Amino acid sequence: MNMPFYVAPEQVMKDRADYARKGIARGRSLVAFRFDHGIAICAENTSSTLRKVSEIYDRIAFAGVGKYNEFDQLRIAGVRHADMKGYAFSREDVDARSLANQYAQSLGQIFTHEMKPMEVEILVAEIGRAPDGSDDQLFHILYDGTVVDEDMSVVLGGETDTIGDRLGTFDAAPSLSEGLQRAVGALAGPDRTLEPASLEVAILERGEQRRTFQRLTDPQIAQLIAG
Amino acid sequence: MNLPLFRVQDDPGPDFSQLLQRSGFASTHSAGAVAPEEYRHGTTCVAIRYAEGVLMAGDRRATSGNLISQRTMEKVFPADRHSGVAIAGAAGPAIEMVKLFQLQLEHYEKVEGTALSLDGKANQLSQMVRSNLPMAMQGMAVVPLFAGFDLTRGEGRLYDFDITGGRYEEADHASTGSGSLHAGTVIKLGYTDDMTADQVIDLALEGLFEAADEDSATGGPDLIRGIYPVVAAITAAGYERIGNDDLAARTQALIERRRGSRSR
Repeated sequence: MNMPFYVAPEQVMKDRADYARKGIARGRSLVAFRFDHGIAICAENTSSTLRKVSEIYDRIAFAGVGKYNEFDQLRIAGVRHADMKGYAFSREDVDARSLANQYAQSLGQIFTHEMKPMEVEILVAEIGRAPDGSDDQLFHILYDGTVVDEDMSVVLGGETDTIGDRLGTFDAAPSLSEGLQRAVGALAGPDRTLEPASLEVAILERGEQRRTFQRLTDPQIAQLIAG
Repeated sequence: MNLPLFRVQDDPGPDFSQLLQRSGFASTHSAGAVAPEEYRHGTTCVAIRYAEGVLMAGDRRATSGNLISQRTMEKVFPADRHSGVAIAGAAGPAIEMVKLFQLQLEHYEKVEGTALSLDGKANQLSQMVRSNLPMAMQGMAVVPLFAGFDLTRGEGRLYDFDITGGRYEEADHASTGSGSLHAGTVIKLGYTDDMTADQVIDLALEGLFEAADEDSATGGPDLIRGIYPVVAAITAAGYERIGNDDLAARTQALIERRRGSRSR
């Protein structure tokens, strides 16, 4: 009779985490930050059809890095969760915190119980109702279900440390133009420049409208980067 | 409420009603007819096409049998940015249908990343009206109007429906509800091919005014309470509701015109 080899649980978890991290590092990164009128998400993405940043609900946006089919599956599940919750209760009852917890539960479950962890890192961003943005939220969720509640800005993907160092910390919410310049500079690094065509930028902007999610076009991005 | 993750073969796709069914939200119908005084009824709505798009308008009255149950009911709603839906019939199912229709369009747009075509939206509404057929047979019919600005064609289009979900695209104008015969006749006689937005608003108000004059279930302008029909223009710029002050001034002018020709 064959006995399976004993593998320490630490080793199993470490192997899975390494596997997920490697998958995530293969893709390009993204930066999200709070600006004076909302939240902006800026991703390096050469495709203009396969999106990394999308709308979940009136005040909630989603962004993912890593394996496209996996984070897209999570994105659609998020849209479904939000729309059903808004239908069953009220539009005001849909919030990012509960969605982030749901994502964390699912990712944690998959990480420990499935053959292969999801090679993704996702962001759930929500703009609150306070006019000064004090209740805006950025939830960073990792492949193993870890949730981090970020304050002013966050980097997702591979090389987060180098990009984070280049981005620095924001003491106060910058203007969209200033924040975007820093985000693009941090994503590009010292040796290259990123053109608007290879960027995907979307914002959640406080205002009168119900749906606050808005994609920025290439000319709009170019204008903002130019200052 | 947990995260709705489906296996590939069970995935409902971008269809929100399917998703609700999969998630156990299916609605239930009761057997047997319900007397008209047991539920609220909404009435006359019209839609008129003009050069820049489509105008929709609806009166504000809801009735339960012979009683007026609401004076401020809204029957014209935005379906999404570039389309609107107006309802006549049993108020409860109608408003639920509009809510579900709005969600369906938004859900599709978010899941797929692009909005449905105008024909696609009309088809969706058609299916919802058809699924209401069992309720319609019990007396709770919902007969909507759907109108929108077709971004690919660059023009306004409008559709009317029957209780079986039959969908009919109209060239110039359409009306629905108990006062639709009167409102429709006024609009039919007043309609010309080269109408401006201004003229179309006045014509819609006049149609509803005449319908209210002849049909007890249609509410006229209420000058004492300041309640006027809901009027919305749908153009390339999107769905826009006409302000109450504008409608008040137009109604006043309409009444002045009527005073001038007492023969009617």
